[in-house]
Amino acid sequence: MAEIYLDHAATAPLRPEARDAMVKALDEIGGNPSGSHAVARMAKNALEESRERAAELLGADRPDEIVFTGGGTESDNLAIVGSVRASAGRAVVTSTIEHKAVLEAAKHLHAMGSAWSTVGCDRDGVVMPTTCADVVGGNEATVSVMAANNETGALQPVAEIAGSVRGSQPGVVVHTDAVQAFVGGEVTVASTRADLITLSAHKFGGPKGVGLLYVRSGTPLEPLVHGGGQEAGRRSGTANVPGIVGMVEAMAATVSDRDRFRDDVGGERDRFEAVLADRLPKAAITAREVPRMPHFSHVRFPEIRAETLLIRLDRIGVRAAAGSACQSGAIEPSHVLTAMGMAPAAAAECVRFSFGWASRVGDGEAAAHIVADMVDSI
Amino acid sequence: MRALVAMSGGVDSSVAAALMLEQGAEVIGVTLKQWEGPDGSMPVSGCCTLSDAEDARRVAAQLDIPYYVLDYVDEFTEAVVKPFAEGYLNGLTPNPCVECNRKVRFRALLDRTAELDCDVLVTGHHARVERSGGKYRLRRAIDPTKDQSYVLHMLDQSSLAKVRLPVGEMTKTQVRARAAALGLRTAAKPDSQDICFVTSGDYRDFLGTVVPAAASGGEIVDTDGNVVGHHAGTASFTIGQRKGLGVAVGEPRFVVDIEPREQVVTIGTKEDLLTDSCVAVDMSFVDEPIEPGDHVEVKVRYRTEPVGATAAPHAGGWEFRFDRPQPRPAPGQALVAYRGEYVLGGGTIVDARSGVTVGG
Repeated sequence: MAEIYLDHAATAPLRPEARDAMVKALDEIGGNPSGSHAVARMAKNALEESRERAAELLGADRPDEIVFTGGGTESDNLAIVGSVRASAGRAVVTSTIEHKAVLEAAKHLHAMGSAWSTVGCDRDGVVMPTTCADVVGGNEATVSVMAANNETGALQPVAEIAGSVRGSQPGVVVHTDAVQAFVGGEVTVASTRADLITLSAHKFGGPKGVGLLYVRSGTPLEPLVHGGGQEAGRRSGTANVPGIVGMVEAMAATVSDRDRFRDDVGGERDRFEAVLADRLPKAAITAREVPRMPHFSHVRFPEIRAETLLIRLDRIGVRAAAGSACQSGAIEPSHVLTAMGMAPAAAAECVRFSFGWASRVGDGEAAAHIVADMVDSI
Repeated sequence: MRALVAMSGGVDSSVAAALMLEQGAEVIGVTLKQWEGPDGSMPVSGCCTLSDAEDARRVAAQLDIPYYVLDYVDEFTEAVVKPFAEGYLNGLTPNPCVECNRKVRFRALLDRTAELDCDVLVTGHHARVERSGGKYRLRRAIDPTKDQSYVLHMLDQSSLAKVRLPVGEMTKTQVRARAAALGLRTAAKPDSQDICFVTSGDYRDFLGTVVPAAASGGEIVDTDGNVVGHHAGTASFTIGQRKGLGVAVGEPRFVVDIEPREQVVTIGTKEDLLTDSCVAVDMSFVDEPIEPGDHVEVKVRYRTEPVGATAAPHAGGWEFRFDRPQPRPAPGQALVAYRGEYVLGGGTIVDARSGVTVGG
């Protein structure tokens, strides 16, 4: 049984460049970066070199605009909760299709007394810049709209949203969760025009449990984790140096691999969808009419329970996923598809196939035939 | 053979999965997510909880079988929790485990077994499925103290053909010993006793939260109609209940009647509780239906021994005339007819006067 891994959007396999750098760091870099002796200085150097490289890869003005965190969820929380707490009376505006890390952070702030408004999306799952500006109005708010959706892969017009909300209120802070988008195409400070950008290493071939938050200089931010004042006081705690080294190595690999990714990985996705469309005319590809990431394929198979299809695919080595799963692993109704106007019963028939850097030539076609055979047999 | 094993996170289903592997089956483990907290998470305490799912997952990993959590929250809420709450409001004493088996485990999950291209559904229930002469029979478990054939009475020939209950052939002691020998983490885990979706306190607190009307109080009267006390809601009572009546009388008193519409609970002596017969509706049979005049043994609640009774058709259901008067069974509970060790079938006990039933 040949395995076909189509769940890169959940976690991409570790890129060899990242692995090698991490092994080297684990073996050779001891010491605490906060110390003053030679061993500590080595760790500090590795940390700050990583920060410089990350800043450069994101097109940040300065290295100290990069805050290393424990992952995407922490970065989202730091961005939203941290920026709202930093100024009295700041409101929160999120889209309805955000990751739970954003929605739950906003919900928490709301429970603590902050105003929270949401912006919906159209039937293709795209958030409209004008709607964002209407919702923000004249309020000082932190506005959080993801750069690409983690279920459908639909790209969001973040730069336009940033421009339009700043037009109605210059004091807004714009956050974008680019955890998925960084894999699919260019994500920089210039391309998003955001003040705060979330990245998560394991989505692009780095290790799990490491992420970063880009913080534009001058953006007010209260820390969530208090302690020794590491990361310029924005995230205390001894840095995960090997993890950070691995993340930045994976970032660099992702950026230099982008053309190949778009052509080859995107090509596998396109062949996958072409074969599916040919063999299963009733299968409906989500967000097909709007710009979306090249490695995502979100498909509804009418009258086929996604839960059943995923289990049967798993048995023969095809690893895919539905929208979101709860802590126990049970598939949950997708708030994203609901926001797009899809009925719950239809949403339960959707499967996400996400190709990635480790996809091989032929994976798309092979997987499509396996899926089509399976759907035919259910 | 490919087997879908419903793993609750307890020792019985853990061993059931291991036994299927030993028999050479390809095994897939699943836990049903049946109930959730307000935030959509699985409950953290009680049965069918996140920690139970975690136990099941760990056992599956140890056995090296695939494992999934399946979402049955909607089905379970509709088929089990709502009728449970409504039943109590109507003065019934519903059996949610029977309804769960009837509508979720051995219907929805059995359908899913075929969808998942599995040949059999395996659970950790203590009962035995036997095949002889081309027919399937449902037999009490080897371990009489753990027999669960009562809550499986709805299994018919087509279900039994696809159901395997491997631990029914073992005593509980043997099950635990096997689990220990296999090094399974559930070997010494205590049996669950509570209703799985009542995660804290008892079912009365639960009823109060899902159906506040259950807590509207009323009078407690004796068999002559004299008011002898007050109660906080009829849903807290079951026919035959002795404890918790809040009424001080010389000799033991039992609940002999519940009138939810008037919110009246009647108590009486043990003799007042006795009845010659009871009626069950929605009877299903493992194989051939019983015949009028058949003498069978009937079990009218989970933890009692069957008693002799003679069957007679009664207004669309069956009346069972007891050999000797019995405490009046609680409407809403299951009546299961046995012949010796074998289940013949079962249905839902009704109050023959009102015909009120549960669930439909």
